[in-house]
Amino acid sequence: MTDLSMSQATGQNRTGKIILRWVLYLALGLFALFYLMPLFVMITTSLKSLDEIRTGDLIALPRDVTFDAWRTAWSGACTGIQCEGVRPYFWNSILIAIPAVAISTLLGAMNGYVVAQWRFRGANIIFSLMLFGCFIPFQVVLLPMARTLGIIGIAGTIPGLIFVHVIYGLGFTTLFFRNYYVSIPSELTKAAKVDGAGFFRIFWSIFLPLSLPIIVVTVIWQFTQIWNDFLFGVSFSQAGTQPVTVALNNIVNSTTGVKEYNVDMAAAIIAALPTLFVYVVAGKYFIRGLTAGSVKG
Amino acid sequence: MTKWLEENTPKLVLAPSFIAVLIFVYGFIAWTAWVSFTRSRLLPRYDIEGFIQYERLFASPRWDTALNNLFVFGFLFIVIAMVLGLVLAILLDQNIRTEGALRTIYLYPMALSMIVTGTAWKWILNPGLGIQAMVRGWGFEDFTFDWLVNPDMAIYTIVIAAIWQSSGFVMALFLAGLRSVDGEIIKAAQVDGIPTWRIYTAIIIPSMAPIFLSAFIVLSHLAIKSFDLVIALTGGGPGYATDLPATYMYAMAFSRGDIGQAASSAMIMMMVVFAIVVPYLYSELRTKDD
Amino acid sequence: MSPILDINNLYKSYGTTEILKDINVSIEPGDFLVLVGPSGCGKSTLLNCIAGLEPISGGAISIGGKDMTHVSPKDRDIAMVFQSYALYPTMTVAKNITFGMKVRGVDQATQDKKLAQVAAQLQIEPLLNRRPGQLSGGQRQRVAMGRALVRDPKLFLFDEPLSNLDAKLRVEMRTEIKALHQNLGASMVYVTHDQIEAMTLATKIVVMKGGVIQQIGSPAEIYNRPANLFVADFMGSPAMNLIPAKAHRADEGTRIEITRKSGEPIVLTDTKNRDLPEDVILGVRPEDIADPDLRGSESTQAAECLIDIVEPAGADTFAVMQLGGKHVTARLHAETTAKPGQPKRLSFDLGKVSYFAPETGLRLN
Repeated sequence: MTDLSMSQATGQNRTGKIILRWVLYLALGLFALFYLMPLFVMITTSLKSLDEIRTGDLIALPRDVTFDAWRTAWSGACTGIQCEGVRPYFWNSILIAIPAVAISTLLGAMNGYVVAQWRFRGANIIFSLMLFGCFIPFQVVLLPMARTLGIIGIAGTIPGLIFVHVIYGLGFTTLFFRNYYVSIPSELTKAAKVDGAGFFRIFWSIFLPLSLPIIVVTVIWQFTQIWNDFLFGVSFSQAGTQPVTVALNNIVNSTTGVKEYNVDMAAAIIAALPTLFVYVVAGKYFIRGLTAGSVKG
Repeated sequence: MTKWLEENTPKLVLAPSFIAVLIFVYGFIAWTAWVSFTRSRLLPRYDIEGFIQYERLFASPRWDTALNNLFVFGFLFIVIAMVLGLVLAILLDQNIRTEGALRTIYLYPMALSMIVTGTAWKWILNPGLGIQAMVRGWGFEDFTFDWLVNPDMAIYTIVIAAIWQSSGFVMALFLAGLRSVDGEIIKAAQVDGIPTWRIYTAIIIPSMAPIFLSAFIVLSHLAIKSFDLVIALTGGGPGYATDLPATYMYAMAFSRGDIGQAASSAMIMMMVVFAIVVPYLYSELRTKDD
Repeated sequence: MSPILDINNLYKSYGTTEILKDINVSIEPGDFLVLVGPSGCGKSTLLNCIAGLEPISGGAISIGGKDMTHVSPKDRDIAMVFQSYALYPTMTVAKNITFGMKVRGVDQATQDKKLAQVAAQLQIEPLLNRRPGQLSGGQRQRVAMGRALVRDPKLFLFDEPLSNLDAKLRVEMRTEIKALHQNLGASMVYVTHDQIEAMTLATKIVVMKGGVIQQIGSPAEIYNRPANLFVADFMGSPAMNLIPAKAHRADEGTRIEITRKSGEPIVLTDTKNRDLPEDVILGVRPEDIADPDLRGSESTQAAECLIDIVEPAGADTFAVMQLGGKHVTARLHAETTAKPGQPKRLSFDLGKVSYFAPETGLRLN
């Protein structure tokens, strides 16, 4: 990349440049504060007692750090009539996310491999139709899906939610793998065919070993989507099978008893931790997924 | 037989996914479309009755509010997020030493659930203990910042939270765009003595038109689908002052038991999305085929 | 002896566009067939059809006397070297070479033996444990050849294997492929857009354009007796001069008249070819227009020409002039006296010229 900032610096306007530089860093710093402030407030609030919250300042650091709110949020807060905290729902989210991510990624990889390397008449149309499924507002499928889950007999169950997430994740996972495999020369497949390898052998021995980066991108994307989902969770779950986002919303909006802001904040952080963790550990792949999901190939 | 199997393996592998998409996307859209033309209430009915549901929908003041909110929210959210994202990207493009860390900070809200974002901002914006109370506590007793509970202003709190969540993503898109501009063109402009700001306005930004389009598509898509954020931040209230089509549809489908209204509002949402996305996808797929 | 490869009336189309039209080619064992033509002429598609990587729309292909039209690539007893080499990126060189044997269930001892053999033959033993990403272009090329050699097939297929190498390496590898062909006595089909490669390697050349075969023949036939204007123009560098001319019957033969921008037309007399139509296009190779003192036979005739440009190229010097409204190149001796802007006497060798009909482009003599 060409360095625009330093290019025209001459001795004459050096001081001007330095001042401009400070203004630049100041602006960037203020923006950083804007993005960090809510997280900071969430953390400090979660470590305060309710008394301190009522008497103190929104952005003040806690005087006495207490983890009571965290304990309550994890295992005692009420989501309606039940008061077990977010723990069981956190577990539900894991039970939903892991199989749904695994299945949709595997199917996406196979589909992408077919569309990119085994083109047949109509493959492009099929891919376009699948891609289009990524863009529909899910409201348009909520009603029939609710009935269908009932008919299959998995309404309100965790397998039901896994099913829904797999179906509506397929478009994106296929897109990711297709765009990755399309950049691999088709001669590779041809060479392997001449070598005598078949469809699955070529996938297993040649394409899969090449796919680690795109698998990471897809897994992160799908995990974030599914973990953070609320619409499907609230529409297709029932008491006991709700994912953590639904539980969090119920805790925050439960009308019974005193409003415990510190517990709300602790529960929110707990619900956010897995995706935040993924973001911090694998931010590069996270961003790649985001941009791949929006700027196509 | 094995020969046939060998030749058709790719199709067989793709078939289950394709059939699933056909049924669960296109079939379901057809179902919803069908039901939107019936008198369905608590239970779906399948006798076509014309546009009754749509007439009811557009006669409903609540839907009117929801559509209005969508335009206000969508417009402000898209414009501000794009401007903010572009500004951040340009600032970060100035050879900043701490770029990696700043980028991480600007973008992390995108990793959060909208429910988490809504919960956090609900706390920050609540007049009793949030920003308003804090500023009053500093001695400004008359300071008022009660948008969250003010029916006329509540929609703007959703704009704020949505921008906080998504502008970092726009920044990342634009930054990638800035970096992909041909370095030789920029060098040529520098050799010609064109000032930096002119290089941005005359060369770099115009060449990023496709990225503006992508960002616009993604943001408008996010805006139309916005549901979780409203539920967590305002619950659609006060009253139904912050209802959006998505929350309207959900309320009709799952709390009011009015399937006809739910279906027709969902169809309107889909048409809005299609109006934006179809031309984009069409042009994308066309250019790829050439 | 039955042909090793026999292609009969092959057609190939995508939708309504015909990519290959009525292709008929056959080669004997030990032949080196080169398919040459500009990009988009269908030569690579034809190779893919021979390999079975693309289905054909009509006709038949047999390899080694067996009908292979509907047989999948792995059962055609072929090996193929690709333009991008198509080495499996995650496998070592050794695994790349043995992958085919492994897929076919060849036992480990045989695999090792064949690998060692091929590695020695191509001198790639030190590379066996590296991955393709760690190899130079020339080394990758060798590994790709190794992967083909280890198959010991009836027919080798090469798809522009040298086009990704730099100029020097390309010439070296060309020589090696030629040596390989001579040592193995194997049958090969080789696709290239580079006519020099075609000339140097082939025992038989197929020139293609727009999915249609223009000419099949030995390199000498193609070079000396091109079947039409396209082949004449495509094969040879610098290209054959194609000069519009008038032919008049005369007692001693045919008088060929070429107009010039200034001055009298050049008149040459062809004693060999009679019965030419009035309008012809005269095809003369640059080396058949030479310094008069260096060439001389009964078929050469001299004429005064105004030289426009002189391009020394080391061993030869090329002189460019205007004849019949076309740029005409002559290949002169390095120490020629030709100077730009000055007239020079040049001798035309009419014994080797070609005549084409301007409307059809077909050869007349």
